[in-house]
Amino acid sequence: MKFPILRSYAIIYLLFLYAPIILLPIFAFNDSKIVAFPLSGFTTEWFGQMWADSQLRIAAKNSLTIAVVTATLSTILGIFAARASVRYDWKGKGPIIGLITLPLVLPEMIVAMALLTVLLSMGISLSIWTIILGHVLVCTPFAVVILTAAFQSLDRSLEEAAYDLGESAASTFRLIILPLVMPGILSSFLICFTISIDEFIIANFLGSGQPILSVYIFGNFRFPARVPSMMALGTVLVLLSITLLIIAEYFRRRGIAKTGGKDTGGFL
Amino acid sequence: MSGSAWERFRRSEAASGYLLVSPPAIYVMLLLAAPMATVLFFSFLTSTGGSVSTPFTLQNYAEVWSGRIYQAIMMRSLWVSMSVTLVTVLLAYPIAYFISFNVSPSKKSLWLFLITIPFWTSYVIRVSLWRVILGYDGIVDSTLMSVGLASEPVNILSNGVLSIVITLAHAYAPFAILPIFVSLEKVDRSLLEAGQDLGESRFVTFLRVTLPLTMPGVIAAVLIVFIPTVGDYITPELIGGGKVPMIANVIESQMLKQRDQAMGSALAMTVMLIVAAVSVAFVLLNRRFLGARK
Amino acid sequence: MTNTATTDRPDMIEFRDVHKYYGDYHALRGITATIKAGEFFSLLGPSGCGKTTLLRTIAGFESISSGVVLIDGKNMEGVAANVRPTNMVFQSYAIFPHLSVEENVGFGLRRDPMSKADKAKAVAEALEMVGLKGYGKRAAHALSGGQRQRVALARALILKPKVLLLDEPLSALDKKMREQMQVELIRLQRQVGITFILVTHDQEEALVMSDRIAVMFEGQIAQLADPETLYRRPNSRKVADFIGTMNFMPAKILSENGKVEVEAMGFGRVELDASQVMGSGSGEVSVGLRPETLTILFEGQTATDRESMATVEEVVYYGDMTYYDLRLDGADHPVRISMRNVFGRPVLDIGARTRVAWSPGALVLFR
Repeated sequence: MKFPILRSYAIIYLLFLYAPIILLPIFAFNDSKIVAFPLSGFTTEWFGQMWADSQLRIAAKNSLTIAVVTATLSTILGIFAARASVRYDWKGKGPIIGLITLPLVLPEMIVAMALLTVLLSMGISLSIWTIILGHVLVCTPFAVVILTAAFQSLDRSLEEAAYDLGESAASTFRLIILPLVMPGILSSFLICFTISIDEFIIANFLGSGQPILSVYIFGNFRFPARVPSMMALGTVLVLLSITLLIIAEYFRRRGIAKTGGKDTGGFL
Repeated sequence: MSGSAWERFRRSEAASGYLLVSPPAIYVMLLLAAPMATVLFFSFLTSTGGSVSTPFTLQNYAEVWSGRIYQAIMMRSLWVSMSVTLVTVLLAYPIAYFISFNVSPSKKSLWLFLITIPFWTSYVIRVSLWRVILGYDGIVDSTLMSVGLASEPVNILSNGVLSIVITLAHAYAPFAILPIFVSLEKVDRSLLEAGQDLGESRFVTFLRVTLPLTMPGVIAAVLIVFIPTVGDYITPELIGGGKVPMIANVIESQMLKQRDQAMGSALAMTVMLIVAAVSVAFVLLNRRFLGARK
Repeated sequence: MTNTATTDRPDMIEFRDVHKYYGDYHALRGITATIKAGEFFSLLGPSGCGKTTLLRTIAGFESISSGVVLIDGKNMEGVAANVRPTNMVFQSYAIFPHLSVEENVGFGLRRDPMSKADKAKAVAEALEMVGLKGYGKRAAHALSGGQRQRVALARALILKPKVLLLDEPLSALDKKMREQMQVELIRLQRQVGITFILVTHDQEEALVMSDRIAVMFEGQIAQLADPETLYRRPNSRKVADFIGTMNFMPAKILSENGKVEVEAMGFGRVELDASQVMGSGSGEVSVGLRPETLTILFEGQTATDRESMATVEEVVYYGDMTYYDLRLDGADHPVRISMRNVFGRPVLDIGARTRVAWSPGALVLFR
């Protein structure tokens, strides 16, 4: 190898990146209440304990609802903004798109507190819907960025060709534009979904105390006795997100193959 | 005439653009711009037992900027997130360099994929895991003791700042690697050959050609890591055990626990000001680098 | 290529003082012209001259700021692109990448009430017409550049438009493919009899394919004529320079009564017909002549009209042709001429003295 030092460094760095994830399944199956080496035998007890917790099931259901609604709304808003920014010429584009993507660079705590202040002073009671309001705000910028790239890669003359061949603006969108930006829409949906499932601060402060997955995990990790079953839960979640990633990657590649484009790299 | 002007506008590009952008724009106005304006407004009001009222005052800002505790927390937040940024970017650069220069093109996307996978797992879980790894009698301690490198628990976790830096450097790794990688990919390889052709060593070529050319990527990485870490809440809470609060934790405690919305608002505005100042400084720095190249 | 019959045909497209502004930028500056039915018409000019913009005002993709565009006698104001009797072949071909070849070709029939079988038949016929019989099931993205071009043609022609608009359709093809497609486009246009309007920056392409050509500079039509007139009688130095090569020599007008008598550097006194005099300015005067209108006289040959002496300054050998830079006696700069290489005829050396033949009828006076 030309750079043995750099290569070894890269491998050590990958180990550092993966250390927590590798530990997840190890201690999820380790027969000990204390998460420490040496290991002390195999058990599936923690998975049982995790499954038995009704709070978890409620939390998972809440989080799933929030994430699906958030991803859908953010992606739709993202389509509007990206399409407006790529296709049309209008004054104030920079500032308005900037404002829409501003949450990317704002500390989440500030977004959460500002929103909370207004919601409370307006007398709106907190629920999973207030969490969704916040999540859509935080996820839309990601959708806009992803979808802008998708719309930009679309040749403008395709749209003109469909229009020229007698389609209306609406049917052109449905027959030509939508199918071609579908991979972008899917990745936007998946990324927003993941961000929403993951998100803690808004879920914690804009909720009314009903269990949400990230808040539930945050709370349970504080109690040493609950840590092994959290390891089990973590293992399940990691497997789920890797499966999701692989599905997303599959669709992305299929999309590229279908339109005959060149693979230009990863999902992000 | 005004009727036809309106007619023309309605059919124009601009009208379609405004019409399309209005749903997300209205959303962000209502749920971001309006709340931020409210916070700004509150920050000049006086707190009165769980609520705010007139008179207008600068007292909150005076307290934030001169109060010892606030100053200390601000400084600590900045210090921690700057350390995190420095460590993360320094650790990330060689990896980005390795992938860009030493990995064959067909394997680059695999490496990038490998690096982004951990990012796809829950942030709370990753942070919590570091607590388990670094904590008293945790995985590091038990490993060190079982191989005989330590006789008693090291308990890295008790060093709040160090463990926060480790945790965040881990959490933001892909965010630092990707922009640097992108800027390295843009470097024209013939420039490097030219550098070496002119008799520079590989290392000097790196310092004089590659590094300056990739500064925009490094600056992007710095901003991407710095901005969210300044406002991070989970890590100080979970890792520092609340003993090393950072700004976000103090804002939360002012807003919710002390129910002093005026003070909390002033703190939030101050943080935004600091973040904006740092961002502008780095963007200007970036301009200088780009300018110097021309 | 000139089709003399086109002049008696009815008008298909008429521009009346068409202006187009993009903000402050004046892209079309008063276009007035007519295009005949069944004509192969080209818009020729350098990039940025407004030729594509003009084409897109016919298609309806660009609105005009003032003036009138008529298609087949109907004012197109407020008529959207999707209902105009025009179809377009795009520079990038705009083949829908997610559809098959036949889905692409049949795309415009989607709203047509004809039966499925009839549609399939129409698609098959259109594909056969462009030489892609049997390609229907292929994925569009698996086609070569030339095949995409044909699909784009079939897709536009299947709707039997009154006008087919072609936006630099050959610019993405390599030279050989381009020449082949030029011939095929001409054949296709004769076969379907539809008005073709081609936008190109390639003067050779325009000359080869068109019945008439509008040469555009800076948003205006500089000259609208058939290819031969455009080549032999360009109406300005700019047009002359853009189409082929033209040699210019400074000249002085001596007298003017019906015919124009000039004194041209290197050529001496010449009498020119009024049809050879271009422009009416009172500034700089020069005569122009094409490279092939000066002929070197070899031993035993005599000039049929006028003869001059010249010195060879540069020789460029091209195989079938040789280009010479000749300095006519009395001239301060050389003229570039082209000679076909004929078996047994020598190629002259630099510095050689030679006689050249020319005819006043080949000269054009610009003023």
